[in-house]
Amino acid sequence: MAEITQSQFAANLKRYYSFYTGGFVAFVIVVGILEQLGVPNKILGYIFLFATIMLYAGIGFMSKTADVGEYYVAGRRVPALFNGMATGADWMSAASFIGMAGTLYLSGFDGLAFVLGWTGGYCLVAILLAPYLRKFGQFTIPDFLGARFGGHLPRFIGVVAAIVCSFTYVIAQIYGVGIITSRFTGLEFQVGVFVGLAGILVCSFLGGMKAVTWTQVAQYIILIVAYMIPVVWLSVKHTGVPIPQIAAYTSAMPKIAALEKEFNDKASPKGAKEEEVRAIFRARSAEGDRKLKGLESGPAFLTQEKEKLVAKVAELKAAPTPDPKAIEAAEKAVKDFPADAAAAKKAWTAEKGAGARAAPVKAHAEAFAVGGKTPEEIEKNRGIAKKNFLALIACLMIGTAALPHILMRYYTTPSVHEARVSVFWGLFFIFLLYFTAPALAILAKYEVYSNLVGSSFASLPAWVSNWSTVDKTLMNIADINKDGIVQLAEVVIGGDLIVLATPEIAGLPYVISGLVAAGGLAAALSTADGLLLTIANAMSHDLYYKMIDPNASTVRRLAVSKGLLLVVALLAAYVTSLKPGDILFLVGAAFSLAASGFFPALVCGVFWKRANYLGAVLGMSLGLGVCAYYMYMTYPFFGVNAPKWWDINPISAGTFGIPAGFLGIIIGSLISPAPNKEIQELVDHVRYPNLEGDIDTKGV
Amino acid sequence: MQLTEKHKQYWSMNLKISTVLLVLWFVATFVMGWFARELNEITIIGPLGFYMSAQGSLIIYVAIIWYYAHYMNNLDKEYGVHEGELD
Repeated sequence: MAEITQSQFAANLKRYYSFYTGGFVAFVIVVGILEQLGVPNKILGYIFLFATIMLYAGIGFMSKTADVGEYYVAGRRVPALFNGMATGADWMSAASFIGMAGTLYLSGFDGLAFVLGWTGGYCLVAILLAPYLRKFGQFTIPDFLGARFGGHLPRFIGVVAAIVCSFTYVIAQIYGVGIITSRFTGLEFQVGVFVGLAGILVCSFLGGMKAVTWTQVAQYIILIVAYMIPVVWLSVKHTGVPIPQIAAYTSAMPKIAALEKEFNDKASPKGAKEEEVRAIFRARSAEGDRKLKGLESGPAFLTQEKEKLVAKVAELKAAPTPDPKAIEAAEKAVKDFPADAAAAKKAWTAEKGAGARAAPVKAHAEAFAVGGKTPEEIEKNRGIAKKNFLALIACLMIGTAALPHILMRYYTTPSVHEARVSVFWGLFFIFLLYFTAPALAILAKYEVYSNLVGSSFASLPAWVSNWSTVDKTLMNIADINKDGIVQLAEVVIGGDLIVLATPEIAGLPYVISGLVAAGGLAAALSTADGLLLTIANAMSHDLYYKMIDPNASTVRRLAVSKGLLLVVALLAAYVTSLKPGDILFLVGAAFSLAASGFFPALVCGVFWKRANYLGAVLGMSLGLGVCAYYMYMTYPFFGVNAPKWWDINPISAGTFGIPAGFLGIIIGSLISPAPNKEIQELVDHVRYPNLEGDIDTKGV
Repeated sequence: MQLTEKHKQYWSMNLKISTVLLVLWFVATFVMGWFARELNEITIIGPLGFYMSAQGSLIIYVAIIWYYAHYMNNLDKEYGVHEGELD
């Protein structure tokens, strides 16, 4: 390997990955033929799951290494294009692949905060960090903090921040792996988590960053192919144009807007039917409210309510022509009646909540759509929605430019120039998926509004009946007003359904569904790989080698790193199998924490020579502290529920953490002496790609 | 390692282009987001406010990063701080 030049190396890589892509397409075709020959779907699911994991294991095995430079930074020879693909896979998680289009389907414009936040952050990476970190070289982000600010404390806080935000994020990924494996193979969630874990470890255990990089490139190719095929097909089906990113706006969007108006117009035939269903939900909600109020009056109310139901059964039975169906329903109501006050409160609160389904359809493109009783109240709520939309974007963007598993990728390119170009390729490859997701959401909405609504319950589209039997949380459909026709208010869709069901909506064979599952798995595994490696490296390189035993041998350093990787992975899988909290919040929390902890110190480290040890320590701890404090005080999970500051949601806690971090670093630096000459030289060193008589910080 | 006037000029050029591009980034993100309702009144490839946040701003981001890489590569050469060929 050492003899070939960088350009030969890049040319070889292009050839290998072209063969690989061709091989993968051939594999999908073979599985498609197997399907036509009558192989059951479950077997196809297993084939996809195990074939792709074996593939990653193969790449991982071929990339095994005992060289420190290869283990930590892939030998610093990853060409910009490939580093871009690896960044794309590293970046796009299960939440992006499976969840994004669904979030956009459900929340319309407001969901675009994630699309903007998870792409625009790369402008900050490109301009403020990537080239400078590449020039600095070395292995980890805490390395930079340690060298730039001196002393062990900035490095140590960096290690803590890297571990906290990466661990929070990795749990969300392993959760996604568990869901995908269990859904497509029928394995239990907990088993799925550990199967996925095996998949993650085979990629990174033997070859560290080198193995992770080359598997991530392979995973990117699978995930982008898997995402695009069904969407392009769906676009052709609905609009005749194979470019969904244009067709969705020019063709489907105006039709959706017209249908939205019709559903909300009580005078139109469709609107009248919708109103019928909404009236039923309003009545249910009012009934739930009445019973909840009654419950407060005392325990006697519960027995009275039950007696009423029993009396109704008797009454129906005594009727001149008893209706067996009505009797059955009434008996069921008696049987399901809550046993005690606590159960009753829960059931009736849910009943009261049905009122939400009586709300008019929200226009897909409307920004900051909010409710309110008076125009002033609407105006106020709209202001709050707008503020939170922008705050979330800011936190996600700045978090992007501070997550160590992404920044670490820029250590692996051969030069500063390649690092800059690789941010471009990275965002380009991410953009391919992110500008497709909103189009997919629109096309799926068009399918539901124009084809599903108005169809008869006797002959529902196949994908609807399939998914409603598989998982009620994804597809819940019931004939509320008993007219035999589907109304929009009768359908409840779970966000993850959109991507998972797209192949079926588009009328594609099951092999494409298997491909989508493989794509989702690739997305989750690749992100989890990068994160676990970041955590293990922070502990083995920064904590063990740099702070505890600087004389450790290469063999020992790698052994410690691999051991830690295993321990962290098992711990993460164990925590995941307990199913903690809300995934979206975990992800958001990771971004806010990273943004508050790292961003001010990293940016000031490059752009402000005066920034020093005390500033970094103060800024990082203040940023992390304020961010964590706000989350703890306002996120309902912790049970404090203190009033919010300026109505900012806990997911955007970085809104306060980031300014606190900057404030800390400015005050801390100004009250203590300027950094010494060596550090000033280090700053000059990172600012210029090449200087005569330059110092060398690369390490290896 | 002594920095020359030329080096200082390079750095200030870098700061200038960085600032310009970050202002552009800010407008494409936050100004567009702030006026999303107003922009939705205009229809170009769908309601403009929605379109910008779903696609338009993303294209601007990709273009910003491409331009920065391209510009800086030339600047490196012009000021003689570029890296030697690796081959």
